[in-house]
Amino acid sequence: MDVELRGITKRFGPVVANDGINLQIRAGEVLGLLGENGAGKSTMMNILSGLYAPDTGDILINGKKVVFEDPGDGIAAGIGMVHQHFMLVPVFTVAENVILGVEPTGRFDYLDLKTARKQVRDINDRYGLEVDPDALIETLPVGIQQRVEILKVLFRSADVIILDEPTAVLTPQEVEDFFDIVRSLRDAGKAIVFITHKLHEILEISDRISVLRHGRITGEGDPAKLTTETLAEMMVGRPVSFTVDKSPPHPGRPMLSVSDLCLFDAHDDFALDHVNFEVHSGEVVGIAGVQGNGQTELVETITGLTRPASGMIRFDDENVTRASVRDRHRMGMAHIPEDRLRSGMISNFTVAENMVLNSYYAPAYSKGPEIDWPKVQATAAQYCVDFDVRTPSVFLPAGNLSGGNQQKMVVARELERETKLVVASQPTRGLDVGSIEYIHERLIAARDEGDGVLIVSSELDEIMGLSDRILVMFEGRIVAEFDTTKGPIDRNAVGLAMAGASS
Amino acid sequence: MISSQTQSTQSGTTLDSGKARQARITGAILLALACLVLFVFGMDASGDATFRLSRPTDPWAVPNLVVPAGPFNYIAGAILAFLGVRQFLQGGVRWTSLSLGLGLAILVMAFLVWATAGKAFSLTGMLQATMVRAVPIALGGLAGVLCERVAVVNIAIEGMLLAGAFTGALIGSLLGGWGGLAAAVVVGGAFGFILAALVVTYRMDQIIAGVVINLFVLGLTSYVSSQVFSEYRHLNNAPVFRAFKIPLLGDIPVIGPMLFKQNLFVYGALILVAISTYYLFFTRNGLRARAVGEHPEAADTLGINVYRTRYIHVTLGGMVAGFGGAWFTLGSVGRFDENMTGGRGFIGLAAMIFGRWHPVGALAAALVFGFADSLQQKLALLRTPIPSEFLAMSPYIATIIVVAGFIGKAQPPAADGKPYVKE
Ligand SMILES: Nc1ncnc2c1ncn2[C@@H]1O[C@H](COP(=O)(O)OP(=O)(O)O)[C@@H](O)[C@H]1O
Ligand SMILES: [Mg+2]
Repeated sequence: MDVELRGITKRFGPVVANDGINLQIRAGEVLGLLGENGAGKSTMMNILSGLYAPDTGDILINGKKVVFEDPGDGIAAGIGMVHQHFMLVPVFTVAENVILGVEPTGRFDYLDLKTARKQVRDINDRYGLEVDPDALIETLPVGIQQRVEILKVLFRSADVIILDEPTAVLTPQEVEDFFDIVRSLRDAGKAIVFITHKLHEILEISDRISVLRHGRITGEGDPAKLTTETLAEMMVGRPVSFTVDKSPPHPGRPMLSVSDLCLFDAHDDFALDHVNFEVHSGEVVGIAGVQGNGQTELVETITGLTRPASGMIRFDDENVTRASVRDRHRMGMAHIPEDRLRSGMISNFTVAENMVLNSYYAPAYSKGPEIDWPKVQATAAQYCVDFDVRTPSVFLPAGNLSGGNQQKMVVARELERETKLVVASQPTRGLDVGSIEYIHERLIAARDEGDGVLIVSSELDEIMGLSDRILVMFEGRIVAEFDTTKGPIDRNAVGLAMAGASS
Repeated sequence: MISSQTQSTQSGTTLDSGKARQARITGAILLALACLVLFVFGMDASGDATFRLSRPTDPWAVPNLVVPAGPFNYIAGAILAFLGVRQFLQGGVRWTSLSLGLGLAILVMAFLVWATAGKAFSLTGMLQATMVRAVPIALGGLAGVLCERVAVVNIAIEGMLLAGAFTGALIGSLLGGWGGLAAAVVVGGAFGFILAALVVTYRMDQIIAGVVINLFVLGLTSYVSSQVFSEYRHLNNAPVFRAFKIPLLGDIPVIGPMLFKQNLFVYGALILVAISTYYLFFTRNGLRARAVGEHPEAADTLGINVYRTRYIHVTLGGMVAGFGGAWFTLGSVGRFDENMTGGRGFIGLAAMIFGRWHPVGALAAALVFGFADSLQQKLALLRTPIPSEFLAMSPYIATIIVVAGFIGKAQPPAADGKPYVKE
C-alpha cells in the first residue's frame, strides 16, 4: 500500500509544527524520517494515523484522497502507529492489550480471550516476536513492551507501520534484534516509517531518508549516498560534530562517596541494592543503564529527596545521609533533575522567579521581610546572558520557553554559584542539538573547575561522550565499571552490562 | 530480587522495609485486642450466650447455638494473642493481612458473645438486617465502580441516592411503586448525565461538580419536603415493595432468610452486582471501559471513543444510584424525609475503595458496613453497658479503620479523576 502526504500543515497555537509537508511512503520499503526533537515528526505521524486532524493538506492512499475522523479510521485504512510513549494499559495482559478495540467476541459480548491468545501466538510465530500473551504489561521490560506495540499493529493487519523513535528505550543489543524484526516486516511487504534523531541508526535501517527541520522537509535522499555529516547538516541547519571536546581529567579528592546504599521500592524489592561508588573532584562519572534500573532512585537519595533504607552518603568529607535537601544545596551540591517540568521548574512562574527557586531566601535577595524583586530580576537577566537562555523577557512564564531554553534556565540556576558536585539526570533529554552541545560544554567546564560531576543518562552516546568513568546500573546494582581515560571502550560490552549479562 | 522482612547488609546493620513495619504494627494491634478480649469480654462475661439460628415456624428448624461466654472469650483472647505474637517473629510479614482479618472477625465474635452472655439473640434476624442495610451502600458503591472504572470520580452518589429516594416517593405516590421506581432510575441517570457533561465536556473539577450536585439535590428535596409534602401528605405516601420468599432457597437455615427472603431491592442489588462483574471483566465493552479508565490515550489511539464511553458509564452509574436511592422510600418506609440518605452515598464510595473497585468487593464491603449498622441496632435491644450513641458511630469507625489502614496499596484506575484532553 502506498501513501502520500500532500501539503500537510498543522499549528498548535503559535507553533507551526508541520509546514506544508509532502511525503511518499511505499510498500516494501523503510522510510527513515530524521529530525531533531521538536522538528514535528510525531505530529506528522499522528496526523497520518488519524489522531490529529491537519489544518490543511491531504492524505492519499493508493492515489485516492482519504479523511480520518479519528484513529479508528486510520486503523481501518491499514495504518498502524507505535507511539513514542507506549500506549499500553499496564494492568492488562499482552493479549488484552493487543485485541483492545478489535476484540474477538462470542455471545453476550463475551470476550473470547482463548481465540485472542491463539491469534497472538500465530503472529508471534510468523514474525519471531516471542511474547507471552498472558504476561501482564507492567511486569515486562520496555524492550518486550515495544514488541507488544508491534503485535498490536500487526494484529490489525496494518500495511503501513509507523515506528516513532522506537530505539530510544532499547539497549544496543536490543536495537540489533529490533532491526531484524523491522527488516522481516519490510520483506513481508509492509511500508515502514522509521522515526529517529540518531544518525547511525537511520543510515543502517532505511531504504530512503527524509529529513525534517522546523516542520519542513529539508532534505531527501538515498542512504547509500548520504553521510552522517551531510545528514546532520540537513537536520540542524549547520555543520555539527557530535563529539564532546574535552581535555584529560585531573581527578582530586573524593567529593561524593556512596557506601552500601539500599532502598526499597513499593513492592519491597531492592530499588537500590548495596550501591558503592565514589565521584572525585575534577572527573565526570556517568551512570549508564536502561531506564528503571534504579538510576532515578539513586539520584533522589544522593540529592536528599529520598531517605535510604541503609548505607551512607558522604559529600565533601561530611556525612550527609540525613541532611536536608537545602543543607546539601548550601554545601555546594547542584541538581539538574531528570524531568524539568515536574521537578526542575514551575511552569507558571516567570523566568526570574524560577532562577531563584533555590536561593530566594538568601539575604542577598531580601529587603526586610520582602523579596527584593528588582535584584532578583537583575540577577536573572544576567544568568540568562551567561547561560544563553533565549527569552524575550525574564517576566515571561517559564512554561512559554522552548525545551532547550527551559533546560538552560535550570542549568543556570544550579551552576551559577559555588558548586562542588553536580548531579545531572538526563540533562539533555528531548533537547535540540544546539542546546545539547551547550549543556555538555557547561558540564565539562564544571569538571574543569574542580567539581565532581555525576551524570545519569539513558542515552549511551551521551554517557560515552562525556564520562571519564562509566558505571553501569542493572536492577539496582552497579554491575560494571569502565575507565574511558585508558583508551576507547567497547560499546558492546557496555550494552551487554546494561542488559544484565554477567561479566 | 529478594523480598523478606529483614535483610542483613554486608556491614551487618538491619534493613527495615515498609512491610516489616506494617507487620509489627499489626502485631501490636492484635495484642491490644487480645487484652481487650481477655480482660473485658472474658472476665466480665458470665453464663451462656444463646444464638437463635431459626424460628420455630421454619420448616427446617436448627437448634440454638449455646456458647459458654467466659471460656469462649478466653480462648478467643488466646488466639488473638498468638496471632499478635507471631507478627513479631521471623516471616510474620506473610501473615499480616490474613491475621488482621481473622483477628477482627474473632473480635466481633467475642464482642457478640459478651454482649449476649446470659441472654438470647437472633443471629438470623441480624444477618437479614445486615443484608437490607447493605443494599443502599452496595448500590452506591456499584455506581462508584461504574464511574471510576472509566476514571470519573463520582462524589455525587450521595445526591443521586437522595434524588432517587425523593423521586421514588413522589412519583410512587402518584403512579404506584413501579412508576416510582422507574422515575427514580431515570432521575438518577439524568444526574449522571449532567455530571458527565460537567466533567467530560466542560472539564470542570470532578470533586467540585460532585459537591455541587449534592448540594443542589439536598437543597431542592429539603425545600419540597418541608414546603410541599407537609401540606400535601398524599404526595409523600408511596407503596412499599414487600419482601417475598423464593421457594425452597428461602428455607435454607441461617442464610436463606438473608439472601432469599427479601424485597426487590436486595435481589436487584445482587443481580446488578453479578451483571456488572460479568460486564466489566468478561465482555468486550467492559474491557474497553477499563482501558478508558486506565489509559485513555491508548484507548483513543485504538479507535475507542473516550468521551462517549465516559458519558455512558457515568449515566449508568447514576441509574444504579437512583435505583439504590429508591430503596430508602419504596423499599423501606414509603415516605421521604429531609436528607434521609444520611451519608450512605459516601459510605458507598468507601465500600468501592475497600472493595478495590470491583463490584463483588464493593458488595462485600457494603456487607461489613451493613453488619456494623445492624449490630448497633440490635445491640440496643440487648442493653449492653455501651451507650448506643457510641454504637451508632461504629459503621463510621469501621469505615475509617478499613479505608485508612488496611486496604494497603489498593490501586485505583490509573487515570481516575483526570480529565482527558485530546491534542
Ligand atoms: N499536543 C500539542 N500541543 C501543543 N504543542 C504541541 C503538541 N504536540 C507537539 N507540539 C509542538 O509541536 C512541535 C513539534 O513536536 P513533535 O511533533 O512532537 O516533534 P518531534 O516528534 O519531531 O520531536 C513542538 O514544538 C511541540 O512543542
Ligand atoms: Mg516525537
